Amino acid sequence: MRQVAIYGKGGIGKSTTTQNLTAGLGEMGKKIMIVGCDPKADSTRLVLGGLAQKTVLDTLREEGEDIELETVLKEGYAGIKGVESGGPEPGVGCAGRGIITSIGLLERLGAYEEDLDYVFYDVLGDVVCGGFAMPIREGKAREIYIVCSGEMMALYAANNISKGISKYANTGGVRLGGLICNSRKVDGEAELVSAVAKEIGTQMIHFVPRDNAVQKAEINKKTVIDFSPDEPQADEYRTLARKIDGNDMFVVPKPMSIDRLEEILMEHGILD
Amino acid sequence: MIDREKLLDKYSAKVYKNRKDHIIQLEETDEARSIAANTRAIPGVMTARGCCYAGCKGVVVGPLKDVCVITHGPVGCGFYSWGTRRNKAKPDEHTDKNFVPYCFSTDMQESDIVFGGEKKLEKAIDEAMELFDPKCIMICSTCPIGLIGDDVQAVARRAEEKYGIKAIGFSCEGYKGVSQSGGHHIANNGVMRFIIGTGDTQPKTKFSVNILGEYNIGGDGWEEERILKRCGIEVLNLFTGDASCESLKSAHLAHLNLLMCHRSINYIAEMMKTKYGIDWLKVNFIGVGATCKSLREIAKYFNNSELTMRVEEVIADETAAVYDDMEYYKSKLTGKTAGIFSGGSRSHHYQVLLEDLGMKTVIAGYEFAHRDDYEGRVIIPQIKEDADNKNIESITVAPDERFYREVYTEEQIAALKAGEQGIGLNSYDGMIPEMGAGDVVVDDYNHFETDELIRLVKPDIFLSGIKDKYSIQKAGVSSRQIHSYDYSGPYAGFNGAVNFGRDVTMALYTNVWGLVTPPWKHEPMLVGSLGGGE
Repeated sequence: MRQVAIYGKGGIGKSTTTQNLTAGLGEMGKKIMIVGCDPKADSTRLVLGGLAQKTVLDTLREEGEDIELETVLKEGYAGIKGVESGGPEPGVGCAGRGIITSIGLLERLGAYEEDLDYVFYDVLGDVVCGGFAMPIREGKAREIYIVCSGEMMALYAANNISKGISKYANTGGVRLGGLICNSRKVDGEAELVSAVAKEIGTQMIHFVPRDNAVQKAEINKKTVIDFSPDEPQADEYRTLARKIDGNDMFVVPKPMSIDRLEEILMEHGILD
Repeated sequence: MIDREKLLDKYSAKVYKNRKDHIIQLEETDEARSIAANTRAIPGVMTARGCCYAGCKGVVVGPLKDVCVITHGPVGCGFYSWGTRRNKAKPDEHTDKNFVPYCFSTDMQESDIVFGGEKKLEKAIDEAMELFDPKCIMICSTCPIGLIGDDVQAVARRAEEKYGIKAIGFSCEGYKGVSQSGGHHIANNGVMRFIIGTGDTQPKTKFSVNILGEYNIGGDGWEEERILKRCGIEVLNLFTGDASCESLKSAHLAHLNLLMCHRSINYIAEMMKTKYGIDWLKVNFIGVGATCKSLREIAKYFNNSELTMRVEEVIADETAAVYDDMEYYKSKLTGKTAGIFSGGSRSHHYQVLLEDLGMKTVIAGYEFAHRDDYEGRVIIPQIKEDADNKNIESITVAPDERFYREVYTEEQIAALKAGEQGIGLNSYDGMIPEMGAGDVVVDDYNHFETDELIRLVKPDIFLSGIKDKYSIQKAGVSSRQIHSYDYSGPYAGFNGAVNFGRDVTMALYTNVWGLVTPPWKHEPMLVGSLGGGE
């Protein structure tokens, strides 16, 4: 079973990318579970066709520890299983602790079946506290992909997340598998992201172009592969899925100083 | 090598650098009398300190008998601060309520941490109202409350609206500040802001006082009240031992504040001086001599010949009554030495009582005192603010239009304070001036230093708390708990002095651990055989 965590700056398209690429893996016949680690609980709506199931934490709060796995775990497109941690409403409680509680509970309930090929953790925003680092601690996710674009703040975040990974790489054995560029149509984007990836010791595993097919599919609560399988964008996600399935480059990232990052940005992005 | 150097000798360079300023050995000159205090304990050093929550809930607001003090957090903090301090209380005269024997906790569970605990707190308040119908509820926050950001003040406001009671939220999370001292300050601010000044019960006499920083451990406050009453002095409030929120509301109408524990409540004393014009007098009712001195100073303040005469009569009568007992214990104890490590004022107070009994204090220190408790309030302007101090809110008050009144003008106060017979009004000289050359003073003492002090200085008795008691006794040295009085007391006033003399005599003359020789002193505990012969 490969356990994969997807991190990246807020709003960069982690949930969209995760679901579209797992759709590709599903199409290949892989058995997959997605664990949404975001209080907004919107990490599985495309594979499940809408906000379908109750979150783990809501169920825990209402029904106590005695939870049936079926109430929180639903199956969607290509047999992909989806579960949402959920969390408190904004401004109260501790969402980070919620993630820890939720993953612990899923393990106890036996959600991690032997025959799963992949578990994907779709984790909120930047690494904000210990709770959101949970999937990469304690030997859960062993590989990480960071979704980014050629925009400055997205690359700042990617570098920052690399710091978190290198911290746990020494104790938990987690490795960085690559950067996924979710294009924002910035000038020289592929080169810039590749350069940043190289600098921190990893690869840009795939460049996902910007395409309105994604938006169309999302409005219909579906992944691109599910909604419009013949679109070129569907093939992009299939390629990404194949690349991840065949990936063998797992590194302890070497995060760079802010100065160096800005240098690279100057070289590739702004100098025109 | 002097004792101080021996004490520091084993420390690594880093620890030495920190601890050297917290340990001083007094010399004849005035130099080397400044001490570092109220700074963070070094991680890993087994300090005797408590936390901010302990200072707020455990010390200051916990003893308010008509208040439902709810510990908001997982159940441990509430449970371990339940009934451990021996602050005695009788049911309130107005309401017949006494919640001191109870422990109220919200018993937070994991899902309350994740989703926030305000709802559970509101439910706890509803339950408390239904079961106990208190006039006042206080909420004390434990560490996780600060992390998840429950707004306890907002919950308190909602409870006030819903039930028409007084409700106060304290953000006294355990991790705040460097010790329980921060919690005292937070509690002082709350009591000053929301309670004092909201009542209008007038004192019955011209000589009314509050005793601030008297927590009625083992009934100390009741003994003080008994004596003052005999003198014709009206005690409005013991602050906060056996106190009620109801009577604290009118504390601002007192004529004088007496201050026992300087550390935990000097903030209120100072603020009441500014806001209501009430002078405060640092008193010490621990020890026969100290009690007499304090009574005479109170009489001098009120400057009434009838009162002064009555005070002298009471002193004559009370000292005569305890004379034989005190002489007997003195005959048993003269020449013995003591070490005292208390929280933030007792180490000073008890030196005077020990002196009554012919004993000498050779080592002393505090857990959480500030420099002014050691060196006197003159040092306050020199105390540097650091991030930890600034983390604890300091409130400022202004003279109250309605209630501000001065008993004496500034010139009159200066006259009262002047000369040999002057009284220490609105000031405190600290513990160190009471001590002599060669004595060792240790701030924020720890387990290692306690062991070493016992080995090096060899006091006959060590007065501290439950954390050290048994290791000290097992080292063959007598120990009495100076925080909780080991189920005994009162130790204050005239009768208390006799109780203390009795307890110290008992401890010294039945020093069981000192009398037994443990088996490992004369036979090996580990038995082995030589291997490799077969």
